[in-house]
Amino acid sequence: MSDATDSAPARGAGRRWSWTDPKLRSAVIQIALGLLLVFLLWAFYHNAVANLSRQGIASGFGFLDNRAGFAISQALIPYNEDMSYGRAFLVGLLNTLLVAVLGIILATILGFLMGVARLSKNVVIQALASAYVEITRNLPPLFQILFWYLAVLAALPGPRQSWGMGLQPFFTAIANGLDAVGLGVLGAPVGAFAAGLGAPSVFINNRGLVVPRFFLESGGTALLIAIAAGIVIALLFARFAKRRREATGQIFPVFWIGLAIIVGLPLLVAAAMGFPVGIERPELRGFNFSGGVTVIPEFVALLLALVIYTAGFIAEIVRAGILAVSKGQSEAAHSLGLRTGPTLRLVVIPQALRVIVPPLTSQYLNLTKNSSLGVAVGYPDLFSVFAGSTLNQTGQAIEIIAMTMAVYLTISIVTSALMGWYNKRVALVER
Amino acid sequence: MTADSLIADVEKSAPEIAVEMAGVNKWYGQFHVLRDINLTVHKGERVVVCGPSGSGKSTLIRCINRLEEHQKGRIVVDGIELTDDLKRIDEVRREVGMCFQHFNLFPHLTILENCTLAPMWVRKMPKREAEELAMHFLAKVKIPQQAAKYPGQLSGGQQQRVAIARALCMRPRIMLFDEPTSALDPEMVKEVLDTMVALAEDGMTMLCVTHEMGFARQVANRVIFMDEGQIIEMNEPEAFFSNPQHERTRLFLSQILH
Amino acid sequence: MAKSPAQGAPFDPFVAPLVLGAEAPPISERGTFAFLRGHLFGSLPQILLTLFGAWLLYVTVPPLVQFFLIDAVWTGTSRDACLPEKVGRPVGACWPFIWAKFDQLVYGFYPASARWRVNLVYALSALLLLPLLIQRLPYKRLNAIAFFGVFPVVAFILLTGGNMEPKGFLLSWLGLGGLFSGFGALGGVQFGFWADFVLSAALLTALVAAVCRVVAGPQAARPAARSTLGVLAVLAAILFAADLDLGLMPVETRLWGGLLVTLVIAVTGITVSLPFGILLALGRRSNLPLVKIVSIAFIEFWRGVPLITVLFFATYMLPLFLPGRMNIDGLLRALVGVALFASAYMAEVVRGGLQAIPKGQYEGAMALGLRSGLMMRLVVLPQALKLVIPGIVNNFIGLFKDTTLVLIVSIFDLLGAMRAAFTDPSWATPTTLFTGFGFAGLVYFVFCFGMSRYSMALEKRLDRANRH
Repeated sequence: MSDATDSAPARGAGRRWSWTDPKLRSAVIQIALGLLLVFLLWAFYHNAVANLSRQGIASGFGFLDNRAGFAISQALIPYNEDMSYGRAFLVGLLNTLLVAVLGIILATILGFLMGVARLSKNVVIQALASAYVEITRNLPPLFQILFWYLAVLAALPGPRQSWGMGLQPFFTAIANGLDAVGLGVLGAPVGAFAAGLGAPSVFINNRGLVVPRFFLESGGTALLIAIAAGIVIALLFARFAKRRREATGQIFPVFWIGLAIIVGLPLLVAAAMGFPVGIERPELRGFNFSGGVTVIPEFVALLLALVIYTAGFIAEIVRAGILAVSKGQSEAAHSLGLRTGPTLRLVVIPQALRVIVPPLTSQYLNLTKNSSLGVAVGYPDLFSVFAGSTLNQTGQAIEIIAMTMAVYLTISIVTSALMGWYNKRVALVER
Repeated sequence: MTADSLIADVEKSAPEIAVEMAGVNKWYGQFHVLRDINLTVHKGERVVVCGPSGSGKSTLIRCINRLEEHQKGRIVVDGIELTDDLKRIDEVRREVGMCFQHFNLFPHLTILENCTLAPMWVRKMPKREAEELAMHFLAKVKIPQQAAKYPGQLSGGQQQRVAIARALCMRPRIMLFDEPTSALDPEMVKEVLDTMVALAEDGMTMLCVTHEMGFARQVANRVIFMDEGQIIEMNEPEAFFSNPQHERTRLFLSQILH
Repeated sequence: MAKSPAQGAPFDPFVAPLVLGAEAPPISERGTFAFLRGHLFGSLPQILLTLFGAWLLYVTVPPLVQFFLIDAVWTGTSRDACLPEKVGRPVGACWPFIWAKFDQLVYGFYPASARWRVNLVYALSALLLLPLLIQRLPYKRLNAIAFFGVFPVVAFILLTGGNMEPKGFLLSWLGLGGLFSGFGALGGVQFGFWADFVLSAALLTALVAAVCRVVAGPQAARPAARSTLGVLAVLAAILFAADLDLGLMPVETRLWGGLLVTLVIAVTGITVSLPFGILLALGRRSNLPLVKIVSIAFIEFWRGVPLITVLFFATYMLPLFLPGRMNIDGLLRALVGVALFASAYMAEVVRGGLQAIPKGQYEGAMALGLRSGLMMRLVVLPQALKLVIPGIVNNFIGLFKDTTLVLIVSIFDLLGAMRAAFTDPSWATPTTLFTGFGFAGLVYFVFCFGMSRYSMALEKRLDRANRH
C-alpha cells in the first residue's frame, strides 16, 4: 500500500477543518439545530412561567383531583358533578372510544357495500353509489354533523309524538304480501309472529333515540359461557378441518358448520335455561320515556355524520383495492379450475387486502380524530369534556391540551405500530 | 519547483496513471462485494470488465466516481485520492463521465438541457457556450436534430447516445460505462457501440463493463474477468479470448460465446 | 409413408377461398337490448337491484327537486314570504333568506364601503390561479412567482388595509428599542423601524459572513453574505409595502367572515405549507440523525392529533409560550395552527413524490458532478413536485373542508356565518335550516368536487406522460 501512496501524490489535501468534510458538516448542522431546539424550549418554558404567574393560573396536574362540578350528558361509567376532573376525563375518553368503535364498524360495512356497488355491472346501482361517494366526500364532516343535528334531529317531533319503529309493521306487511299472492300458508305464521312482537319498542324524537334495554336474568352466566364455548369450539373445528383437508384432501363446509356451532350452541343453552334474557321496553310516561336506554341526539348526529362521511372514503379504498388486483390473477385462477368463490377467497381478496388495509387504517384514525368534532354539537367526548368544559373552568391550557393531544397521539402511534407490523407480515417478498 | 519538474520527467518516461485502485475492499452489510482489488489504468487505455452477474464488476467501476463507497484500500483518480471529503468527490466527478445501463437521462429536461445542465451549474459555463458545446457533442453522437425533444420521445439507442454526449459535455478525462447496451433492443446495440468505438479512437480513457465481446476485441487494451468480487484474470483481448488461463474464465466464455 | 396416429390424423390442405369481411354482431349483443341485458335486467338479482335503485331514486330525487326548485320561494324581503300559512301553499326552500344573508356569507362583517377590496382580491386570485392550473398556458414560473410570492403580499395589504406601523425590528426586540425612538414617520413609513432594520441587516450580514468564514473558509463568506442580503432585501420590500399608508381603511380580522375567511385560511395554509412541507420531507430523508428525528417527530405529531386540538393549541396554548407583550390576532393564531397542521400533511405528500424518483436520477446527477443541493434543486425536486401536484390539490381539498373547524374557536367561516344567520329570529321559518344547509352544501360541493375532478384529470395526464 505504501508504494501506491508514493506513485500518486494526492492533490487537494488542504486544511484539516474543511467545510467539505461531511463529518464536520453534519456535526455543525446538527449542533446548530440542537441549539435552536434547546433555545426554543427554554424560551417557551421561560415565557410560560412568566405568563402563568402574571395571569395567576396554577400549573401541574393537581387539578385532576379537584371537583369537576359540571354534569355530563352521557356517561358509560357512573359519574356525577361531585366527582373529579380526572373522572370526567375518563368519561370523555370512553365516550370518544364508544363513538369511534361503533363508527368504525358501521362505516366499514357501509363503505364495503358502496365500494362493491361502485363496481357493479348494474348502471343504476353504480350511479347511485358514485353519487353517494362524491356527495359525502365533498361535504365537510363538521357540515354534516351540524346538518344532522340542527336540521334533521332537531326537526323531529317531541317525545309525545315520537316516531315508533318496530319490526311488527315490517313483518305484518310481509304477511299481508304473502297472503295477497296466495301464499297464505306461509303468511299465517309470519302474521302470528308479527302479532307476538307487540307494540314498537324503538322510538326516535328530538330528545334522541330510545331503545329497549336487554339484561341477563338468573342463568345468564351460563348463556355467556355457551357463547364463548361456541366460538372456541368453532375455532377448534376450523383447525381440525384444516388439518384434515391437508392430510386427506377432503374439504368441509367450514364456514356453515362453524356458524351453526356459534349460533346453535347458545340457542340450545338459552332454550334449556328458559331464555334468561330480559327486555326493558321504553314507555311514554308524561312528557318523556321511562325505561329502556336513551341515546342522546348529539351521539346520533355525530355517529351518522362520521359513518356517512368515512364510508365514502372507504368505498373508494375498497374499489381501488379490488381494481388493483389485475384481471390476470383471476384469469389464472379460473384457468387452474378454481370456481368464482375460491378464486375470490384464495386469490383476489388476499391481494386486495394488502392494498386496502393500510389506507383503511388511516381512515379509521381519521374517524377517531374527527370524533372530536362532536364538541360543535355538545357530544361529551374527550375533547369537549376536557379541552372544552375543564379548560374553561381551570384555565390550565398547557396541561389540558397536552393531555388531550397525548391521548389522540397514543391512539395514532399504537395503530401505526400495528400497521407496520401487519405490513411487514403481508409484504410481498421481492428481489 | 523541484516536485513539478520531477513529475514532468516521469510523464515523459511512462504514461500517466488515470485510475489506481490498491487493496480495495467493499462490503454490503455482511456481503463481501469487492475483494482486494488492485488495478492501474493508464491514460488513454481502454479496459473492458466482464464477469457473471453479481460478480461486483458494476460496483467496481461505480467506486471510481464514488457512487459507491469503498471501505478499505485506496482509490486515486487522476491524481486525486477519494476520501470522505466532498470537495475531492466533486473534483473526481468533474473529471469522470459515466453512462448507465438505464441511461438515467432527466425526463423533465430536453435533450439539450440534459447536456447543458452540468456544464452550466458545475463548470459555471455561460449558457450560449454550454449550448454550443452540447450541440458539438450531439453532432458527434449523430443526433443534433433531436436537441429540442424530451428523452421519453427517443428510442433506447438514441437515449444512450444522448447520455454519452451529456457525459462528454463535462469534458471528462475518463469515461465509465456500466453495461451501456444491456437494456437496449438488439437492433440498437450497434449504434451505441459505434459511438463508443469512435470515442475510443479519439483516445479517451475508458472503463467499460460489458458483455459485448466483439467490442472488447476491437477496442480494448485489456480485458478483466471478475467473479465473486475478485479479479480472476486480466489479459490483452487476443490472449484473453484465445487462451483463457483460469478455469472460471473458460466456463464463463463458453457460456457467453455459445 | 406410414404416419403414427400420435403425429396427427391425415388432413386436407386448406387455403382460404376468399377474404371475409366484418359483420355486425347478433341483435342480442348490440344496442339498447344488449345494454339492458348487460347492465340492468340480465338476471333475477340484477332486476331486483335495478328496481331497488329505481325506488331509491324515486324517493330522493323528486322530493329534492320539489323542495329546492318547484315549491321554493324565490323572492321576498322577510320571513313572511316563506311561511306557508301566509303564502297559502306548501313552501320549499326559502331563497330570500340566502339573498338577505348573502353579504354576510361572503364577506362576514367586512365594512360595506371596503368590500371592493375583497372583490379585488377574489378577482386577482382567480386571474392568477386559473392560468396556473391550465397546463397548456406558458410562463408557469412567472405565474407561480406572482401567485405564491407577490399575490399574498398584495392580498394582505388589500384585506387588512396595510399601514402596519411596525414598532421595531431585531435590535428593539433585543431590548435596544430606546435607540430608535423619537424618529418620525412620513406617509405611514416608520423611520425608527427602518433605522433599526438597516442596522440589524448590516449586523446580521456581517455575522453570517464571519461564521461562514470560520466554518467554511474565506471563499464561502462572500456568497453567504450576498444571499443573506438578498433575503433581507425581499423581507424589506414586503415590510415596506405593508408599512406604507395607502389610504386604505384598516379592517380588523374580527370583522372578516364567511367565504372570505374560508378562502384566506385554506389558501394561506396551502401556500405556507408548501415550502415547509418540502423542507420537512427533505429532512425526513436526511442522513443526519438529529435532522431526521426532528422531522419525523414534527410530522407524526401534527398528523397524529385532530385539527381541532391543533387550533386549540394555537389559540390557547401558544400565547402562553410567547413573550407576554406579543398580542396575536385571533385569525393569525388559527392560521399558525392550520399552517403547522398542513405542513405535516404536505411533507408526507412531497415525500411520496421524492420516493417515486428512481435512484438512477440521483446517480445520473451525481455522476455529472452536481452537489446534493443542486441535484435536489435541478433534478429531483422539479420531477417530484410535478408528480405530487394531484396530492397537493387533494391536500387543499382537505384543508378547505377542515377550515370549517375554526368556527369552534369563534372564527366565522362560511359554515360559521351560516350558523350565525340561522339564529336570526326575523328569518326563522320551518325551511330556513334546510335552505341554508342546501346552499352551504352546494358551495362546498362545487369547490371540492371541482378540485377533485381537476386533480384526477391531472393524475391521468401524468400517468400518460410517464408511460411514454
